[in-house]
Amino acid sequence: MTLIPRNRGGHPVAYAPGYKSSVARSPKLALISGSATPSEQTGPVFGHDLLGELDSNLILNFTGEPAIGERIIVHGRVLDENARPVPGALVEVWQANAGGRYRHKKDGYLAPLDPNFGGCGRTITGEDGSYEFLTIRPGAYPWPNGPNDWRPMHIHFSVFGHSFGQRLITQMYFEGDPLIPLCPIIKTIPDQSAVDRLIAPLDMSRAMPLDCLAYKFDIVLRGSRQTMFENKMEGL
Amino acid sequence: MVQPLNTLTETASQTAGPYVHIGCTPNFVGIEGIYDEDLGLVPFPKDEPGEHITITGTIQDGTGTVLRDVLVESWQCNAEGKFGPGSRGFARMPSDLTTGIWTLNTVKPAGVGKQSPHIALWIVARGINIGLQTRIYFEGDDHSADPLLTRLEHQSRVETLIAKKTGDNSYQFDIRLQGEGETVFLDL
Ligand SMILES: [Fe+3]
Repeated sequence: MTLIPRNRGGHPVAYAPGYKSSVARSPKLALISGSATPSEQTGPVFGHDLLGELDSNLILNFTGEPAIGERIIVHGRVLDENARPVPGALVEVWQANAGGRYRHKKDGYLAPLDPNFGGCGRTITGEDGSYEFLTIRPGAYPWPNGPNDWRPMHIHFSVFGHSFGQRLITQMYFEGDPLIPLCPIIKTIPDQSAVDRLIAPLDMSRAMPLDCLAYKFDIVLRGSRQTMFENKMEGL
Repeated sequence: MVQPLNTLTETASQTAGPYVHIGCTPNFVGIEGIYDEDLGLVPFPKDEPGEHITITGTIQDGTGTVLRDVLVESWQCNAEGKFGPGSRGFARMPSDLTTGIWTLNTVKPAGVGKQSPHIALWIVARGINIGLQTRIYFEGDDHSADPLLTRLEHQSRVETLIAKKTGDNSYQFDIRLQGEGETVFLDL
């Protein structure tokens, strides 16, 4: 498959002074553009044998005892820009606990650790590109940036498509969170429609009565061109 | 009006943030027992044919400060120019939490087509809003036909993509995110 060029207009800018960490960590010179080669068109393939039984259940996967918080299903599909499902995609997630605290020695926020919440999970998409996690809704948390900046509730997502050139890390936000428009990290994205696509709606069709609510988050990876006029990839 | 194309737009990237290791290498940051081992510990088994090499490096920001919270991923073909199967050739390297040094123990890849041997890198961290793509080429190889290196407008920047040989089977590859000696980053 031949990757189509990345549309960078729908992504955050590298240098975003409102997000202070980006100031010294953003390249100043232009990216060098070119056609994808086999190094970008191929990528690692992860099999279901990678997964443990509870890998996609963040409520139970740390100690086997349930984590505290609002129980939610997060589900969706991984698609490409041609709206084709991406099966076999490894989806990894990480998040703060219900109080907004990460299990990390650099996180010193007042909110306590939950002894039963580790904060990571992973799964592999099905034939239709679908995935599902069971977790607790993460809390918002303050962070050192501006004098009083808070991250909206969010789950970090890392996705492997079929090629290394499709590699994507992003964050999912929750419908209705008033902190979303205030967030300096979200504001690194100039295109409001691109921001909107990071906000997962409440999905009562997947909520389970007397058990959990559900949010839907579809992820679109960079697409590829498939035409009958295309030769096989060089070197493969 | 014209017919709609019915295409989708790629989901926007967001920074991996300071806690990327919780999700990608939890054992490395002390969250043990969820996954047996972290993903991408080694790209190839010990008996993989080819020249076994070690590449080490650091990543500096625009002030010259070494990043200690970065995650580097690599993808490459083997010594015969083959990618895969499975996740063979993929590695994930958290930089050392104290020194910022990342280490890749691998086999030297073959050149593919006209391209010189190289390893694709993808770099994420707090403050990096979209993962940075670059490549490791190797000192001592003939790069005169490599399509990417030969068409760089600023030829003085080619050296930022070439790992320095530091020993029989060892190389050093330091990355500069910004400023003097800024590494070439790619959009391929
Ligand atoms: Fe976060």
